[in-house]
Amino acid sequence: MFSTRNFNRSKPVLFILILFPSLLWAYQFVTGNLGVNPIEKLMDELGLMALRLIIITLMITTLSNIKPLKSIVVLRRMIGLFAFYYVCLHFSTYIVLDHFLDMQFIIQDIIKRPFITFGFISFLFLIPLASTSTNNMIKRLGFKLWKKIHYLIYPVAILASMHFYVLVRADKTEPVIYMGIIILLLLHRIFKRLTRPQLAQ
Amino acid sequence: MKILSSEITPYKTYLNRRKFIKGSLASALLATVSSSAFANHDNNSSIYNKYLNENDKLNSYEEITTYNNFYEFGTHKKHPHLNSGNFKPRPWTIKIDGLVKKPQTFDLEKILSNVTIEDRVYRLRCVEAWSMVIPWQGFQLSELIKMAEPLSSAKYVQFVTVFRPEEMPGQQKRTIIWPYREGLRMDEAMNPLTILATGLYGHEMPNQNGAPIRLVVPWKYGFKSIKSIVEIRFLDTQPETSWETLAPWEYGFYANVNPNVNHPRWSQGTERRIGEFKRRETLMFNGYEKEVAHLYKDLDLTKFY
Repeated sequence: MFSTRNFNRSKPVLFILILFPSLLWAYQFVTGNLGVNPIEKLMDELGLMALRLIIITLMITTLSNIKPLKSIVVLRRMIGLFAFYYVCLHFSTYIVLDHFLDMQFIIQDIIKRPFITFGFISFLFLIPLASTSTNNMIKRLGFKLWKKIHYLIYPVAILASMHFYVLVRADKTEPVIYMGIIILLLLHRIFKRLTRPQLAQ
Repeated sequence: MKILSSEITPYKTYLNRRKFIKGSLASALLATVSSSAFANHDNNSSIYNKYLNENDKLNSYEEITTYNNFYEFGTHKKHPHLNSGNFKPRPWTIKIDGLVKKPQTFDLEKILSNVTIEDRVYRLRCVEAWSMVIPWQGFQLSELIKMAEPLSSAKYVQFVTVFRPEEMPGQQKRTIIWPYREGLRMDEAMNPLTILATGLYGHEMPNQNGAPIRLVVPWKYGFKSIKSIVEIRFLDTQPETSWETLAPWEYGFYANVNPNVNHPRWSQGTERRIGEFKRRETLMFNGYEKEVAHLYKDLDLTKFY
């Protein structure tokens, strides 16, 4: 049931499912059905989706440690690239719709406001991940170096959740839940690392 | 921004519906009393246009009543509209205490029978960098202060929101320290721009906008305009206010709209007027500089933000 083949087969369905919200929000935005403050709403939805997808890629790695679910890892690249897709939409909504390409203002905003700084660095770190996602790039870089580059997903996830945490004014439950999940997933990796040499002995 | 009459329940119908629902003699009387206070209003937005600046347009009734920060009903903008249905704004009393001649509790209807309700079309600028233009109905806070007879030692006024977790689901969670509290310096409270609002667009104040009575201080960020007030206290020291207590590095006691004093979270130089696509420049004191700048001539606004 959880064979590589079946996971590969589910990809087209997953592709449409993950793509669909962006199309829906774009449609709602254009037709004026995104509420009273549509730019804010669009930005929030896109950002939240991106954060959730980032967390899902981390979860996939953890799940793939469970023997029968090993093959789930074939879904990780697509979901990771979708995370990047949503981050790009989120960022361009901020640049184009929210601030109308007022670059001077935007640069000030990125420097001065910690939550925007976190979000921006997180976005920058995602660029090398997305651009080295092809099989060809893995080959060219060698798996070891490629893997090292892709450790960037940890600061990306932490910064993205901090970006959300700082943005929320009072009830921080949701960002705290995301942060908690990220920390658990990271702890699991550290634990695995620490126990591996002992196994070798 | 014309409001279709179909979008708004005419005020008379609204009152009649309330009467019908409640059916009691008391609420029928109550409705009659408050309707007389609103008698000169209808649901026609054009009557408010004469109060507008040429750069401003009224926001629609829908915008004003579905996009609110009122954490007592939840932290999301749509929560107050969705979760305030069980809130009962009548009967209502306001307790007056602190440095006054005689502490007392006023019935809201008694207050309303002693004041004249007038139209006040104000810009509202939220600290989150969005804004609206709202046609309020209300009366000057100074009128109530005169009724309260504060002592000359009173330098500040504190306001407290009602605490009813069973009717206000947001209060069941400790997002902020309940009840919500706000405050003004006495001269700010006495300024003619400062009103207690009891309605908008000629309707009784909707629950999500702070029924039945709320403060409106148009030159300050929206969080100063405390909603659903049950207590007004006169003090000789600056009172604690909710947001300042929660995050003093972000929210000050004064909270005057000021494009030159930055906030760690939002740039205050520009704002998005709800309903508009491009941001607009934020005005000093939200455009009420002429009326209020003199209050702060001896104050360093970068320090007392």
